[in-house]
Amino acid sequence: MKAYRGRPSIFSDELQKEKAAELEVVNLTLNFGGVMALSNINMSVKTGELFAVIGPNGAGKTSLLNCITGYYRPQKGKIYFNGEDITNVATHDLIKCGIGRTFQNIELFPGMTVLSNMLLARHIHCRYGFGPAALFAPSVKNEEVRHRRILEELIDFLEIQPIRNQLVGSLPYGLRKRVELGRALALEPKILILDEPFAGMTLEEKEDMVRFLIELNEGWGQTMVLVEHDMSIVMAISKRIMVLNFGEKLAEGNPEEIQNDPEVTRAYLGDDTTL
Amino acid sequence: MRKLWFHPCGNFSNRYEQEITIFETDFGRAAALLGMVVLFTLVPFMTGPYVLYVINIIGITSIAAIGLNILVGFTGQISLGHGAFVGVGAYAAAIMATSLSFPFWIAVPVAGLVTALVGMVFGMPSVRLKGLYLTIATLAGQFIIEYILVHWESLTRGTMGIILPSASILGITIEGDRSFFFVIFISLIAMTYIASNIMRTRYGRAFIAIRDNDRAAEGMGIPIFRYKLLAFGVSSFYAGVAGALLAFYLISISTEPFNLGLSVEYLAMVIIGGMGNIAGSVFGATFITVLNEVLRWLTDFLMNAGILEGFQLNVAPLRELVFGAAIVLFILFEPRGLAEVWRIIRSSFRLWPFSY
Repeated sequence: MKAYRGRPSIFSDELQKEKAAELEVVNLTLNFGGVMALSNINMSVKTGELFAVIGPNGAGKTSLLNCITGYYRPQKGKIYFNGEDITNVATHDLIKCGIGRTFQNIELFPGMTVLSNMLLARHIHCRYGFGPAALFAPSVKNEEVRHRRILEELIDFLEIQPIRNQLVGSLPYGLRKRVELGRALALEPKILILDEPFAGMTLEEKEDMVRFLIELNEGWGQTMVLVEHDMSIVMAISKRIMVLNFGEKLAEGNPEEIQNDPEVTRAYLGDDTTL
Repeated sequence: MRKLWFHPCGNFSNRYEQEITIFETDFGRAAALLGMVVLFTLVPFMTGPYVLYVINIIGITSIAAIGLNILVGFTGQISLGHGAFVGVGAYAAAIMATSLSFPFWIAVPVAGLVTALVGMVFGMPSVRLKGLYLTIATLAGQFIIEYILVHWESLTRGTMGIILPSASILGITIEGDRSFFFVIFISLIAMTYIASNIMRTRYGRAFIAIRDNDRAAEGMGIPIFRYKLLAFGVSSFYAGVAGALLAFYLISISTEPFNLGLSVEYLAMVIIGGMGNIAGSVFGATFITVLNEVLRWLTDFLMNAGILEGFQLNVAPLRELVFGAAIVLFILFEPRGLAEVWRIIRSSFRLWPFSY
């Protein structure tokens, strides 16, 4: 396999400078019927940060991400992205604002090849209209080739060259997660939201994934929000961590503060007063 | 000029442009070119009027079937109103040609646009409805359109039908099977080309994404409703053009043929031809049209030949029976349709005659 040859052009320094990503969640409340999924969550992510959200099962981590990416509508509270109120913006318009995500249960298109899956993410970056597309004008062709070249750089970065023409449905789980990361990167998001990117992976796959995320975040300054259960990874790579429990915010701070927080220990390991 | 590949042992593209061509190899391009030459120089001059009529009908039906395949096969929105949309196109062309005296070459595309608009209106329910429920909504569209065509007598002349003036392009009158053959098949090739172009750009990719996983499509920045409407619009445009050509070709039209049966027949073409395959629509249209003609002939023959003395009436529903059986057999044995059969035949010839 050919080694990774360099930084993809969509992550060049000039482009990264323009990718301000200030996410601000204010007093977010979401309930489903009587179930309080999130209550009064405040959170702020700065440009270039790797912000992790952790918490036990059912704590509301994915609900929070779904609110930010427009799949759920919160009852109360506001979400601001770069100063703009995005609480009620439609999901597909949020992509244009620069919010890209991956899903917990991979939402790729199983019947399409890896390449077509990633090409789809270039949708908002294709600038041609319907008329030229119907006639396949030379400008359309050039644009398609340009996107194809960008994708090849991402494919090189993620080391998925051998599978680029395989159907996603035939790939093992770990590779699918990697393809999904590639697809999210092809969106050129200002902020990348990852919902459990390490779930169900082998150790080697996790190591690869960590390598990609560190390269993206520390090397190229990609802002990220990460939801993850694997504590060793979260503690090692994230700059700030927010802990949720039963829809409420327990703590926020850098990895060391979180590790030494008695509230967090209680949420994860239970109350030791009963012993 | 670059080196031509006529019989490659595999497709090894070394430029990104090669990945987005319609034909994978020069062999395919040459075959298509040869096919077109044969189509335009031999077919119309070597066939009798009846066969040429059937071929023309196949051409028109193919245009409509490609349209339905864009909607059903690529976007995954199953529509039972396609027959009515063809009717809208036919009536739009007829009304424009008679009351507004539009020339042929304007009436056909405008009829397509009118039908696209009507199709988008009837595609509106897709904002909330999916799958079978949407199918039922389009079924309602079929009946509403049929009702309007019959009962809006001041516009459509109701059950009397409309007789169209003869078509002409640039002063040349198009009359008879042979001259219509050229008009129909040039349109078919142009429409096929446009459909393949749509499918290899971002619009086609968005359609396929909506079919496969609409939630993820939305997460890729695709406004689902807008693209579903676009699919309905494009699909109906094809239906409208086909309807307009049919109206001019048959000279007189009435509401009768554009019923639910026709819609089901178009759906059968898409399924038998191959869902999500443009060439498949043409195969499906050919198969169903030829099947229809053969069965009509066979039914007539059996009923009059006297072999089945006393049982003649039993063979009357032969057409429906074989038609249904064909659909069931295809779904069972070749769900990807005739296009897949064609692919298998082609690939088995790939190494011929030196396979091992």
